[in-house]
Amino acid sequence: MAALPPYAGLGERVWWYSFRVICGLIFLFLILPILIIIPLSFNAEDFFTFTPGMLAFDAEAYSLKHYVTFLTDERWTRAVQNSFMIAPAATLLSTALGTLAAIGLSQGTMPYKGAIMAVLISPMIVPLIISAAGMYFFYSRIGLQGTYAGVILAHAVLGTPFVIITVTATLVGFDRSLTRAAANLGAGPVTTFFKVQMPLILPGVISGGLFAFITSFDEVVVVLFVGAQQQKTLPWQMFTGLREQISPAILAAATILVTFSIILLATVEILRRRSERLRGMSPG
Amino acid sequence: MGDGAGEKPFVVFDRVQKSYDGETLVVKDLNLGIGKGEFLTMLGPSGSGKTTCLMMLAGFETATHGEIRLGEKPINNIPPHRRGIGMVFQNYALFPHMTVAENLAFPLQVRKTPKAEIEAKVRRALDMVQMGAFGGRRPAQLSGGQQQRVAVARALVFDPELVLMDEPLGALDKQLREQMQYEIKHIHDSLGVTVVYVTHDQAEALTMSDRVAVFNDGVIQQLSPPQVLYERPMTSFVAQFIGENNKLAGRVKAIEDGEALVEIDGGGFSRALAVNCGDAGSRTQLSIRPERVTVGESNLPNRAEARVQELIYLGDHIRCRMSVLGYEDFVVKVPNTPGHAHLAAGETTTVAWHTEDCRALDAA
Repeated sequence: MAALPPYAGLGERVWWYSFRVICGLIFLFLILPILIIIPLSFNAEDFFTFTPGMLAFDAEAYSLKHYVTFLTDERWTRAVQNSFMIAPAATLLSTALGTLAAIGLSQGTMPYKGAIMAVLISPMIVPLIISAAGMYFFYSRIGLQGTYAGVILAHAVLGTPFVIITVTATLVGFDRSLTRAAANLGAGPVTTFFKVQMPLILPGVISGGLFAFITSFDEVVVVLFVGAQQQKTLPWQMFTGLREQISPAILAAATILVTFSIILLATVEILRRRSERLRGMSPG
Repeated sequence: MGDGAGEKPFVVFDRVQKSYDGETLVVKDLNLGIGKGEFLTMLGPSGSGKTTCLMMLAGFETATHGEIRLGEKPINNIPPHRRGIGMVFQNYALFPHMTVAENLAFPLQVRKTPKAEIEAKVRRALDMVQMGAFGGRRPAQLSGGQQQRVAVARALVFDPELVLMDEPLGALDKQLREQMQYEIKHIHDSLGVTVVYVTHDQAEALTMSDRVAVFNDGVIQQLSPPQVLYERPMTSFVAQFIGENNKLAGRVKAIEDGEALVEIDGGGFSRALAVNCGDAGSRTQLSIRPERVTVGESNLPNRAEARVQELIYLGDHIRCRMSVLGYEDFVVKVPNTPGHAHLAAGETTTVAWHTEDCRALDAA
């Protein structure tokens, strides 16, 4: 937004400043809770508030002991391991299935497109607790409740809609004559997919995969129902940590997660832009 | 059919029909033989079925009825990627994530050609279209004409015997289009490859083709070499679609030695070649090319009074719109030669034509 034009009236001037104040407040509201956690995680005491020592910037009041707990306590390390096993597996599944579904649904010859799309997207719309309860009963019957496979499948179901939506959006801009050209030049359907279609829709696939990863990584409701004690993930551990142990180790965990998320997001976005530029779809 | 090559046709459409909805036929009973090494153009207005025919040949559409043969072999049940037919698409369809050289190498890699051979063939194909220096560029970094050349090179690089072109020059400006017409024609002449070319531009069809198939309403109206198409149209659709045409509706009075005496609706009579009209008493439409009409006094057998409506100076000739026998849009081209007839709007004069320049066709 450019500077205030010289012909601006009083009303415009007032709005110009209030608009900036409102935007600032919104950002503050969104970011402050996350920022507050970072200094608190270095608290030397087992409190969730700033101690007088911290406010006085006394070096004694700060410590890394919560980080030590987070990195050594068996409950936390196990949760980290679980999360880093379940989330990538679920991401892989939902990215593969979601991409295929999106390609299938974008074919002109696909019957009942709308209905199938609605069913596949429904995990995003149905309240999570209802999906979770349904999955609990269903998975108990077929012996998946309380297994890693069960949690991974459940999370894949939750992540797939994001992949379908982003890949479908990318496919709208995909020139169908390219697949025809590939076929005409002698490439079978599999070669055409991997050499022509996949490289061109990769940015959409990556974005979808990222959403699917975050969905699984953040998820606490479904895993509470479908998982058992061995499948305890990071969010679940944080949840119980808050309710039962009231240990500020959760703040250390949160800080590490926030940092991790920012790095992950930035890396993927840089990769995505690079691949888009390489593919000549946006000006370098 | 099949008069293009002498020997057995290379591509055959045998009673081919195509319907998308199971009710209306987009292509009705198509019979067509294309000779080896021939440059055949499918010409017609949009919706005439010409592109559908090309897509059936490429394998992207299936024929509802009938058989398509390529070199004696039926190809109805062969998927597009096993047909080995090159194609230049309307929007070029170059792969945007590959360089020009990678685009050309793609059909060869798919065919598991040895690496050294791929390099040699890619270089040769690029040189052929004068794009040798652009192998490392991406399609987005090329102009429309350059992309077009790359698309032509890619369709030829794997040495197909048949190349299809679907309005490949539609997106280029006029000058570039004419230049590319000659280049494609030269490539065709030097390689001896069979080309099936689809266009709705009649000038393009006339300049490039050995034979032109004029499509209308799912049917081939006429299949002839360009000069025959222009000079001896067989139906009023062809007469009207190719070049400029004066049409006069009338009724056949008598037929004698291949000549028809026609009573024109606006009054008066004309003798005409009985090309495609019924017996005496049936309706017909006369077709006369504007450059075959003489203005002023003459001893030609067919004469009519004309009133000059409008004159347009076009340099090499003067386009003259006249009112003849009740038709307001009768066009005459007066060549700009020394001593040509000087006309003025509103003036009354006489127009005349030879009987053999006037063709009695079907009453459309």
